[in-house]
Amino acid sequence: MTRELEITTPLSQEAVEAIYSGDRLFINGVIYTARDAAHARLIKLLNQGEELPVQLAGQIIFYAGPSPARPGKPIGAIGPTTSYRMDPYTPRLLEEGLKGMIGKGPRGKEVRDALMKFKGVYCVATGGAAALLSKCVKKADIVAFDDLGPEAIRRLEVERLPVICVNDIFGNDLYETARMEFAVKSGYC
Amino acid sequence: MRIIKASDVTEAIKKMAMDSCHYLNSEVTQAIRKAKNDETSPLGKIILQELLDNANIARNELIPYCQDTGLAVVFVEMGQEVEIQGGLLSHAIDEGVRQGYDEGYLRKSVCDPLTRKNTGDNTPAIIHLSLVEGDKLKLMLAAKGGGSENMSSVVMLKPADGIEGIKKYVIRKCFEAGGNPCPPIIIGVGIGGNLEYAALLAKKALLLPLAHRNPDPVLARMEEEILEEVNKSGHGPMGLGGRNFALAVKIMKAPCHIASLPLALNIDCHAHRHKEMIL
Repeated sequence: MTRELEITTPLSQEAVEAIYSGDRLFINGVIYTARDAAHARLIKLLNQGEELPVQLAGQIIFYAGPSPARPGKPIGAIGPTTSYRMDPYTPRLLEEGLKGMIGKGPRGKEVRDALMKFKGVYCVATGGAAALLSKCVKKADIVAFDDLGPEAIRRLEVERLPVICVNDIFGNDLYETARMEFAVKSGYC
Repeated sequence: MRIIKASDVTEAIKKMAMDSCHYLNSEVTQAIRKAKNDETSPLGKIILQELLDNANIARNELIPYCQDTGLAVVFVEMGQEVEIQGGLLSHAIDEGVRQGYDEGYLRKSVCDPLTRKNTGDNTPAIIHLSLVEGDKLKLMLAAKGGGSENMSSVVMLKPADGIEGIKKYVIRKCFEAGGNPCPPIIIGVGIGGNLEYAALLAKKALLLPLAHRNPDPVLARMEEEILEEVNKSGHGPMGLGGRNFALAVKIMKAPCHIASLPLALNIDCHAHRHKEMIL
């Protein structure tokens, strides 16, 4: 049975160690959106030795570019984009203290190794459930790279944002184990 | 000649853009409900239920059910007796996209391929125009998401690869795609033609209703076999395990060069934003 866990950001080392691949997590607190273009800029800033517009220590990045908010709403639809595109940037951000990421789809080996080395977790949210997920966002503000439009970095205040942990700090990968488990149970292998 | 106003084309495109992003296709909703009922993975069931709840929220509150509201691909079948008045057809279509993505609070997801600068209004649309008999104008809009398009490909197989080679390629590529394209997916396959035509066929195949039965028994059998095989993989909803990785496989074919066996795979996510209107 799936284990359910409430977590609140920023994440401490102990909080991250208590999360296992396969857990269903409900996230509370502040998280940040960033996708392709914002990642490229963050890394560029780091390479130039400059300060980042957001402090990443203990934080979670949501790979998402929301649709525009209707008047009176904090945000439009928001859901995960495919994560592997952020793989080239991720180890460097984990080194900066980033503790979690939310996206969809499997990560490359460098990222999986970096999650173990720098103690971070990778989670997925249900892709294409962006109206549902938007309900968990109580407040959203653009905090960097406004010119990127949907790709700007947003600070989100979330309540019980549902995600599933895929890669924990122990090297487990739900994409591998879930499929295997299913195949064994179904008698396909 | 029958006169159709460019402004009517704009209105139609605008409405289809908004409706296709706010209202999940009823056929897809039914397919997801059916998948949820026969899903054996507990996590898979949760995910499929989330998709159903999500569609309800989107419908009731007129917010897009997915934040990726796609790149607008418009197939136009224009009767030869139709004359568009009041502007260029392509301008009318782009204007409809511009207005629909603005007024529908849809995401603008189109950018320069190299500078990555957003065009700001989700234009230009990609337009495929074909001339047909009659005095009607048929507009089909497919607002295609980026995640599933990224998992699509074209390959030039050898004629010797045949049906088995085609099936193997499609199945292998679907497995490689795994959780990336937001399964449960819909698989469009184009066989034959040439490089660009195979890709076009694969995209056109995605426009077919899910319940459409392929009239060609060989293709119908291939569709069934591919569907069974990819679902047996256990990738399941979102690639997190289960028996519902794909909802349907749709194949179209066209004659090709004696030296070639072009094959295209176009994967669509469960959002499957499609609408059509006849003016």
